[in-house]
Amino acid sequence: MILSATAGHPGFLSPTGVEIAFLLVGLATFGAAVVTVTTKQLVHAALWLVVALGGIAVEYLLLTAEFIAWVQVLIYVGSVVVLLLFGLMLTRAPIGRSPDADSGNRWMALGASVPAAGALVWVVVDAFRTTWIDLDGPAQGSTKASGEFLFRNWVLPFEALSVQLLAALVGAIVLSRKDRQDRKDRPDRSDGRTAGQVRPDTRARRTGPDRTERPAADREDNS
Amino acid sequence: MHLAYPAVLAVLLFCTGLYGVLARRNAILVLMSVELMLNAVNLNLVAFDVWLRDALHGGQALTLFTIAIAAAEIGIGLAIVLAVYRNRGSSDIDSLRDTAETDDAETLPDEVDADAVRDTTADQATAPAGKAKKAEATA
Repeated sequence: MILSATAGHPGFLSPTGVEIAFLLVGLATFGAAVVTVTTKQLVHAALWLVVALGGIAVEYLLLTAEFIAWVQVLIYVGSVVVLLLFGLMLTRAPIGRSPDADSGNRWMALGASVPAAGALVWVVVDAFRTTWIDLDGPAQGSTKASGEFLFRNWVLPFEALSVQLLAALVGAIVLSRKDRQDRKDRPDRSDGRTAGQVRPDTRARRTGPDRTERPAADREDNS
Repeated sequence: MHLAYPAVLAVLLFCTGLYGVLARRNAILVLMSVELMLNAVNLNLVAFDVWLRDALHGGQALTLFTIAIAAAEIGIGLAIVLAVYRNRGSSDIDSLRDTAETDDAETLPDEVDADAVRDTTADQATAPAGKAKKAEATA
């Protein structure tokens, strides 16, 4: 409804049709985002997040930022959503509707986000009423241009970012390994209790092969 | 293209993510909402970079860096959520009140049984089990 109100402003639509495509994809993206944060089914939320992030990738394409669009598709749609789905699977998220997906302060969240959205939309529309993006000319975000500005002007942050990714990787491994040690401690206790009951059998099994091996070793020594 | 379109879309996406962060109970859904907010910021960065025709293309470079940092953030965040789930048995943010300084949280360990009897919802019924598990882990 806010978008339609802003679209009614004279001069907002250009005859190129890029704005119409941007508006339609933007509406789809916003709708998918709203469904993502309101649906009761957790897996459906992750799948609607795919639609929202893919819509944002299309918006990048319409803004002539091609490389960022494909990076968005690769990293967000390809890996982040898969990670989120794995997280949902590992935390045993219910498949059907879960009534406790939203917390009790949902109305407070609505009261915080809707006035924030209204105020920001008002400010942004008022501030950029007479500014147009010039999309003509060569694409500013093609792979060639992206490689040039990334490896000519932004090399040091790029390398620092690789170190940061390594640190995040090591951190994730450390967080997971602590849990493995905790889990090892618990099954050891339970195995100790159960092994106390089964111990005679295991001792018999362990000593069985030893008796058969030791005479063989003795025979070798004797011979 | 008018600049207001990407800016308004970014505002709406950011506020949608804000609502999700505040209203969701599952930690993974909160992470999804954080991703929405980060994507709104990325859209703003790309739009203003294309508008300003920056020679260094700082907006697009920062967008790439933000995407990489968001990937690292989601990895660490999911590792933390899984650690919390293994320790507590649930990934509900509302039940993680150990460091809260409210009166309810301070009186909660003494009146766990009374609260479990009072509250009939399933998620709060699992809270004593999670605390018992934590007590076992710390003992």
